[in-house]
Amino acid sequence: MAVFTLNVNGKRYEVDVDPATPMLWVLRDHLNLVGTKYGCGIAQCGACTIHLDDVAVRSCMLPVSQVGNRRITTIEGLSANGDHPLQRAWLEHDVPQCGYCQAGQIMNAAALLKANPNPTDEEIEAAMHGNLCRCGTYTRIKAAIKSVVKG
Amino acid sequence: MTIVKTKYGRRSFIKTTVLAGGGMLLGFSWLAGCKPAGSRGEAALELPDEWFEINGFIKIGDNGVVTIMSPNPEIGQNVKTSMPMIVAEELDVDWARVVVEQAPLNTEIFTRQLAGGSQSIRQGWHSLRMAGATARHMLRQAAANAWGVPFDEVTTEMGLLKHEASGRTAHYGEFASAAARLPVPEEVQLKDPKEFRIIGTSRKNVDGQKIVTGQPLFGLDYRRDGMLIAMAVHAPAFGMKLKSVDDRAARSMPGIVDVFPIKTYADDYERQWCDTDAFNEKVVVVGRSTWEVMQARKALRIEWEPAAPLESTDGHRVAMDVLAARKARVVRRDGDPEAMFAKAARIIERTYTAPFLAHNTMEPMNFFAHVTDERAELVGPTQTPEFMEKSLAARLGLPLEKIDIQMTRQGGGFGRRLYGHFMVEAALISKQVGAPVKLIYTREDDMTFGNYRPAYRATYRAALDEAGNLLAFHVRAGGIPESPLFPDRFPAGAVDHYLAEVWSADSNISVGAWRAPRSNFIAGAEQAFLDELAEAMGKDPIDLRLELLARAAARPVGDHNDYDPERYAGVLKLVREKSGWGQPLPQGVGRGVAAYYCHNSYVAQVVDLRVEKGKPIIEKVCCAVDCGIVVNPDAAVNMVEGGTVDGIGHALYSELTFTNGAPDQTNFDRYRLIRHGEAPKAIEVHFVESDEHPTGLGEPPLPPVMGALANAIYRATGKRVYHQPFIKELRSQLPG
Repeated sequence: MAVFTLNVNGKRYEVDVDPATPMLWVLRDHLNLVGTKYGCGIAQCGACTIHLDDVAVRSCMLPVSQVGNRRITTIEGLSANGDHPLQRAWLEHDVPQCGYCQAGQIMNAAALLKANPNPTDEEIEAAMHGNLCRCGTYTRIKAAIKSVVKG
Repeated sequence: MTIVKTKYGRRSFIKTTVLAGGGMLLGFSWLAGCKPAGSRGEAALELPDEWFEINGFIKIGDNGVVTIMSPNPEIGQNVKTSMPMIVAEELDVDWARVVVEQAPLNTEIFTRQLAGGSQSIRQGWHSLRMAGATARHMLRQAAANAWGVPFDEVTTEMGLLKHEASGRTAHYGEFASAAARLPVPEEVQLKDPKEFRIIGTSRKNVDGQKIVTGQPLFGLDYRRDGMLIAMAVHAPAFGMKLKSVDDRAARSMPGIVDVFPIKTYADDYERQWCDTDAFNEKVVVVGRSTWEVMQARKALRIEWEPAAPLESTDGHRVAMDVLAARKARVVRRDGDPEAMFAKAARIIERTYTAPFLAHNTMEPMNFFAHVTDERAELVGPTQTPEFMEKSLAARLGLPLEKIDIQMTRQGGGFGRRLYGHFMVEAALISKQVGAPVKLIYTREDDMTFGNYRPAYRATYRAALDEAGNLLAFHVRAGGIPESPLFPDRFPAGAVDHYLAEVWSADSNISVGAWRAPRSNFIAGAEQAFLDELAEAMGKDPIDLRLELLARAAARPVGDHNDYDPERYAGVLKLVREKSGWGQPLPQGVGRGVAAYYCHNSYVAQVVDLRVEKGKPIIEKVCCAVDCGIVVNPDAAVNMVEGGTVDGIGHALYSELTFTNGAPDQTNFDRYRLIRHGEAPKAIEVHFVESDEHPTGLGEPPLPPVMGALANAIYRATGKRVYHQPFIKELRSQLPG
């Protein structure tokens, strides 16, 4: 066990955990931020996507000991009032079916748009490849992303 | 307007005990939503000081805000929005002033709290309308009494009561307390569908805001003070059982509270259909955090031993080849098919297969339980709360009324959560450790402990005369461990000489309902065969189907045909029109069609695709759907899109194989699910306009698209695919 100081959604937290604990479980079990989802544990589904600084990472494979002083953003902190353009677009397109994967989808898409505000269809598909949706909402996800792409 | 008898007695309308102050204050549960339906940017609704329960579905606040209980499990099929819409319609309220709350299991008030068979809307339709209409009636009566005017002169509009002659108006909240005290009327008026102003209009997902902001909604998100985390380790292979456990290392690991074996169901217990559990003995690890439990289970030294044959996919293939070659059990015979095949000028015979599939809900199995000597409280994702309550009562030795089940939003179902062994496990663990517990399956636990879609195989044969006319039709279909065949479905009823046979092979691999059970294979096989048949007969594939359906409508063969040929033809005609069927396509694009009827709804799909280096690129899918009245159109479109993607994905990419009883795919690194770039570029959905009572949509869009996909692949490549996952056959066709 070791104490780690974390910057999550602009707030400072201290957690005393096994250094190998993935950020996913630190967020869910220790910080009670459960918007970040567990789906596979091996970085194959994208449900656990968070931002480390501005980059999308799979929190299920990110040990807390490797975070250092980088900023962590989760779906709860993506916007102050739940009104990030992608969150609004997701509602406008009524994207979710079961909804379980959608926080990861939004976080992944948000990082894409931050790095590349004007992606092509192919770039969107490539960037979103790692995010599974078992309900099959892919066409709506793409439409929602495209609706906020600056053209 | 339709007048109908209410069928509710007191049981259905538990009246709240009226307090001295008038009405009963009802608190919100943990699961309650406190925001208006589909809110974004709108201010949160001001909650009332008091709620008055009019009936089990409806609470009305003193300020006119309405809470509607959604009775059925929400697994992504959108019933948490669409079912309350039906209540709101007949109640005649402003949807913007409705709060939706997930109802707990309550068999005193609700019927069929089940997510399965695409039946929630169809079977709920009447009771939901009645709940709304009855409450509206009681509100009108309360106003009529207070105003001293005839009942018939009190009208409603969007949550307001009106008496036109005197100009009096009031909102529902003003009469909710009085209405709650009135007797339940013996008959009520239902709206004419032409008067609908909520049903048939698109309303956003009531949980949308919570989903996109990551609020706690799902079973895995549930927590309680003092709650422990548990995992249950099952045998690594079907056919194995527990021999011994050495838990010394695991017990000493940080955060671990207890390690013990459990037996989910008692040996002498007569299991219900939803009690499927191939791994009855498990080793449980309980601890303070998920990661600590995950680490400790790795330190367990467990010996498992074979107790039954350890099956492999290769062995399954051999067994299926043998059984498929034999005469099988005849389940339908019309005319004299054998004689027709004997005299046929040409016989077409094709065989189709598909592998086992895992459900792979994105949220793995999990459940919260808090069990004491007196009662059991369970919270989480289940499709069968009412059935599982009985299993829990039997296992815990508690009466039904001491078992409380609350449903969270569920991260997918697809049939997997019909089988609730994990609820019993959670309850047993909580009882053993004397604390509230959340049981979590890892992805590997979930994928290797499926109640899988069975492996199937079907052989179709058609007899043609010299002129290419269809003389007879024969299907022999089987699987491990069940046949996929529905003998009374199309084209039965459309062919004079018809033979259907079934076979099956036993297995100890557990199977269960997987989105559109049996249809999820047989539709694709049958629809691909019809495509080849049309080609052999020199007919357009849609024309052939329409000719057969016209025959079934005019002079049906047999009298047990399980479809309405006119509605079936209706979706084919609609998809023909909307897809631009028959028009030229860009170079390299192939177009295939299929149509199917299941779960009381009709779906036809046209797929346009290209194949580049063995990789299909789906340009477009055009869908035509007849599910009667469409309650929530945009959400219905979403469901059809999802079923289409799901069907294409599984037919193209997914399979679960076994070696010595163990699944070869244990996580998404080896189990292929369709991904973003593989989804259709466009999906169009068209509904047949209808006044028929609504029917299901969760399952019907999935089965036919598998056939349309196979047919499109043929048109694009000149090669037929017969064996799912099709991607393997496509790759094997690549040169070099």
